Amino acid sequence: MTKLSPQAFLGYAILALFVVLSLLPLWMSLKIGLSYPTDVFGDAERLGMTSLTFGNVLRVMGLPSDIQLTAFRAAPIDFTVALRNSLIYTVLTVTGQIFFSALAGYAFARMRFPGRDLLFFAFLAAAMIPGIVLFIPNFILVKDLGLLNTFAGMVAPTILMTPFAVFFLRQFFMTAPKELDEAARLEGASAFQIFWRVALPIQKGPIATLAILLTINSWNDFFWPFLVGRDPDVRVMAVALADFISQTGRGTPDWTGLMAAVTLSTIPVLVMLVVFGRQIVESLQTSGMK
Amino acid sequence: MAAKTRVVTRAGRRRREAIAGLLFVAPATVGFLAFYLLPTVRAFQISLTDWSLLRAPNVVGLANYRRMIGDPAFWHSAWVTLTYVLYNIPLQTALGLLLAVLSDRLARSVALRAVIIAPYLMSNVVAGLVWMLLLDPILGLTNAWLAHVGLPRQGFLSSPDEAMASVAAISIWRNTGLTALLFYAGLQAIPKHLYEAARLEGADEWSMFRRITLPLLRPVLAFVLVTSLVGSFQVFDVIAVTTEGGPAQSTRAILWYIYENAFKFHKMGYASAISVTLFSVLILVTLLQMRLLRADHSDLD
Repeated sequence: MTKLSPQAFLGYAILALFVVLSLLPLWMSLKIGLSYPTDVFGDAERLGMTSLTFGNVLRVMGLPSDIQLTAFRAAPIDFTVALRNSLIYTVLTVTGQIFFSALAGYAFARMRFPGRDLLFFAFLAAAMIPGIVLFIPNFILVKDLGLLNTFAGMVAPTILMTPFAVFFLRQFFMTAPKELDEAARLEGASAFQIFWRVALPIQKGPIATLAILLTINSWNDFFWPFLVGRDPDVRVMAVALADFISQTGRGTPDWTGLMAAVTLSTIPVLVMLVVFGRQIVESLQTSGMK
Repeated sequence: MAAKTRVVTRAGRRRREAIAGLLFVAPATVGFLAFYLLPTVRAFQISLTDWSLLRAPNVVGLANYRRMIGDPAFWHSAWVTLTYVLYNIPLQTALGLLLAVLSDRLARSVALRAVIIAPYLMSNVVAGLVWMLLLDPILGLTNAWLAHVGLPRQGFLSSPDEAMASVAAISIWRNTGLTALLFYAGLQAIPKHLYEAARLEGADEWSMFRRITLPLLRPVLAFVLVTSLVGSFQVFDVIAVTTEGGPAQSTRAILWYIYENAFKFHKMGYASAISVTLFSVLILVTLLQMRLLRADHSDLD
């Protein structure tokens, strides 16, 4: 066995510190979320569980629970509905954006049509516009269309395209071999059939990568849904959490309820990380390599 | 005759391809026109009006921009945002670089990188709430640990002097893993034989880092620096859940100020003027990025 040099030892110690700092906050939120409200005080330092109950999780999901808080503290936010809304919002934006961006990316890479290069340049330039510039006019548009507090209004700005998705997919269609397309064309396949049956299936890998990146973003979206989707029927997890903390007050929040709700939002993500860790890490690594 | 038919079919094929191409880009183009191009134009238009959404907009020319220049609250929010950026960027970049180099040299397992990236997979809202608990003056772990090393209780998010630094710390906690991952990917593109050659010549770790790693990582460094810089100027989510611009306006960053003007005070014109100004500043930053990236194009040759 080789002996560790002092430098390497220090390096491992720093890495271990990063691991602890990454996970400890998530563990503490889990611990509080699964504790009885009365055990939270005077127990700040304890890293292990004092008590174990799913009562808080049940009560923030609107289910019968053995933990009853007084009416003032118990904010009536149903996180089961919020979880469902996050799921609907994420599935709609991710699938819509990938499908329509793939159509456009394929056309930009493979087909000749008038205005192609100008349009693609305009799409690229749109990537530089910060969200806040778009949010105010988009809010007014969605409001004028009567789509405030609907999923249609929430997904409208991103379901048809984002500059990033179009650019990302175009890059991959550019480098794919053209021979298969030609062969399908000679057999009389229509342009859409070639796209759907031949060109798209080759890009399974890049599409999975893009789906992972977009899912992370959509699941965590806050500002836009916060502006247009405040109604409990459409409110996503992030917005519901923000509303929960403003209802219970920042001074003395309902910590166990809040952390139970946080846990509900983080557990699906952590399960995904355990199952698809390698794919998630590799997808994020490519996101900087433009 | 045969040649003529071929010409006709080729022209016909071109036309069919053009029509198909236009149909393919049509949905994305609708999205682009309705939610990118139109709102950008409207943002400029609205910034020239006095509009509460209740009555028809009233064109006021450049009055909103003049007002902005004389508005101490605007300059305060610009200053507060700048302090956030100055806390955030150097620390996040340095920590990300340290983490990337250490895992590249000592622990290349994907499991480690999956753990390091976990905070980034949480929303800013979740990160904000979890740290509100940890930084709580009474219940928080942080103050309990400070007490052990003999330091007094800190207000963190509830103290005007510490709130913005606390918000920056929360962002650093969430984003350092992603920064490290991007640097790690960049490190993989550096040929290993350069390090072997340097080691043969007796170079130590620090001089290899300075002479090989840093120069060859510069394109990735430029990309990460500018995207995180552009993102930092738009800090909002963490502030919205933890401090709402307080205490004593100490975390009223530029996006929070725009949000307040538009959606609390219903001054759409003034809010748009500030967002258009921010847009111009960020374009300058982005153009600078492009120059940096192109300048470093040939480092690997």
